[in-house]
Amino acid sequence: MILSIQYLYYLVGAVLALTAIATLTDGSNPKRVSSGLFWGLYALVFLVGDQLPPLWVGVGAVAMALIAGFGGVAGGKHKSPSVAEYAASAKRLGNKLFAPALAIPLVTMIGTLSAKHLSVGGVPLLDPKNTTLVSLGVGCVLSLALVCWLTRETPAQGMRESRRLTDALGWALVLPQMLGMLGLVFSDAGVGKAVAYVTTTYINMDLRFVAVAVYVVGMALFTIIMGNGFAAFPVMTGGVGVPVLVGVYHGDPAVMAAVGMLSGYCGTLLTPMAANFNIVPAALLELPDKNAVIRAQVPTALALLTANVFLLYFLMFR
Amino acid sequence: MLSDVNLWPLIGVAIIIVGFVLRFNPMLVVIVTAVGTALAAGFPIDKILATIGTGFIKTRNLPLIILLPLAVIGLLERHGLRQHAQNWISSIKSATAGRLLIVYLAARQLTAAIGLTSLGGHPQMVRPLLAPMAEGATEARYGTLPERIRHKLRAFSAATDNVGLFFGEDIFVAFGAIVLMTTFLHEAGIDVEPLHVAFWGIPTAICAFAIHAWRLYRLDGVLARELKAEGIEPLAASATKTA
Repeated sequence: MILSIQYLYYLVGAVLALTAIATLTDGSNPKRVSSGLFWGLYALVFLVGDQLPPLWVGVGAVAMALIAGFGGVAGGKHKSPSVAEYAASAKRLGNKLFAPALAIPLVTMIGTLSAKHLSVGGVPLLDPKNTTLVSLGVGCVLSLALVCWLTRETPAQGMRESRRLTDALGWALVLPQMLGMLGLVFSDAGVGKAVAYVTTTYINMDLRFVAVAVYVVGMALFTIIMGNGFAAFPVMTGGVGVPVLVGVYHGDPAVMAAVGMLSGYCGTLLTPMAANFNIVPAALLELPDKNAVIRAQVPTALALLTANVFLLYFLMFR
Repeated sequence: MLSDVNLWPLIGVAIIIVGFVLRFNPMLVVIVTAVGTALAAGFPIDKILATIGTGFIKTRNLPLIILLPLAVIGLLERHGLRQHAQNWISSIKSATAGRLLIVYLAARQLTAAIGLTSLGGHPQMVRPLLAPMAEGATEARYGTLPERIRHKLRAFSAATDNVGLFFGEDIFVAFGAIVLMTTFLHEAGIDVEPLHVAFWGIPTAICAFAIHAWRLYRLDGVLARELKAEGIEPLAASATKTA
């Protein structure tokens, strides 16, 4: 392939390295050394992480977690335009401002859909395993060019803005990856097996409805713990779904899989472990309560989970 | 059966729940959980660090979706994108936060269902466009809003993007989750058609839309009551009666 995901890692690593250097020299940041160290370590993960021994990366990840955990990551003061300047600029540029914002999803979509047909001399142009992410990267770079042209700004100002938003997000930016790592540690350590064992040993599933409820609620609970329905599915389906719902009660496995996974998604709506969907948006939207997005989702998730118990019960045994 | 399942790793589950409930810093909770779980599984210390390192490298793709758009979004914000999004929505007289979010929910769910999951998302759609529009539509009716109401509107915008995405993408046949499910079932000796799995996601998807859209429909009334409790009434009738 020509554009592999590795280039995106270099790009992000370079942006983070610039952020680290700018943070280290930022007099307005009360914790510039520890914050700079945090972003510097993170930059290394992207620039050379795959060439380092995993042990070193592990030490780096623990160091980052300790810096963040003891309040070592802070942002600097960023000068923002005045209300009048915002209004004047919004008036001058008008709907043109929407174009670069919409260009990112549009290019991503076009790239994803046409990836199969884009090749140079038989070599695929976009990394076939990561078409969406690589297309997103292309979309962001093209969109950056467009916005610089529209607003007469330089890419250097773009880097400053990127650092402003990175400062606003702080360690929340790294949390999804930390949790992803934890999911892998959980599966290496056999947490899934232990949960499945406990569920199947201590709950009496002689009643068909109880078995259905255990599967649906179990998917949600396990997703709440792991932060990801994909991790819960093999555990609950292997532990309860296949042996009990299909094996004992002869339900339709297609319905079980579909409703089961979507019950897992109800769990995703409820958990801080799904940081990319719940915690990062709260940071992005500058909400003082980090769980505000989860709070807004709780009624929807619980009502839908209840609906799923009945949907699975009635649709699986048609 | 009893002898070959080590129940000690469940300690990890306990650590993470206690950590989040007691509101320790999440980064700290996660790393302590990772080390604690691996210790409980009997890993030596160098293997624990190596497992953490391998996991951290394998998941490097996760932050890309947030990091990559930041420069563009930051530049656009510097030039008034959020203000413009607010002005634009307030020029539509019938727009309310609830109605706007219902339309977005439907669009997000339908586009995700045909595989266009990238047409949304928190950094590139919710922060610069959807949340300012929800705030703008409400401001056009009530004037300046208290912070609490602003935060509520933002949280609902993010929640709506999540609900639309989650309960749309799973009815797209080529989506990764469907592949994961059919592969897993195949290995368990059960063959199902990916199309059937996608099809049986539809009833839940419809329920998800009905439940969340109903909550959004009620949101306008809830906002009106909460604003009234703070002594904020709708602006002059001439500006709002067209709804």
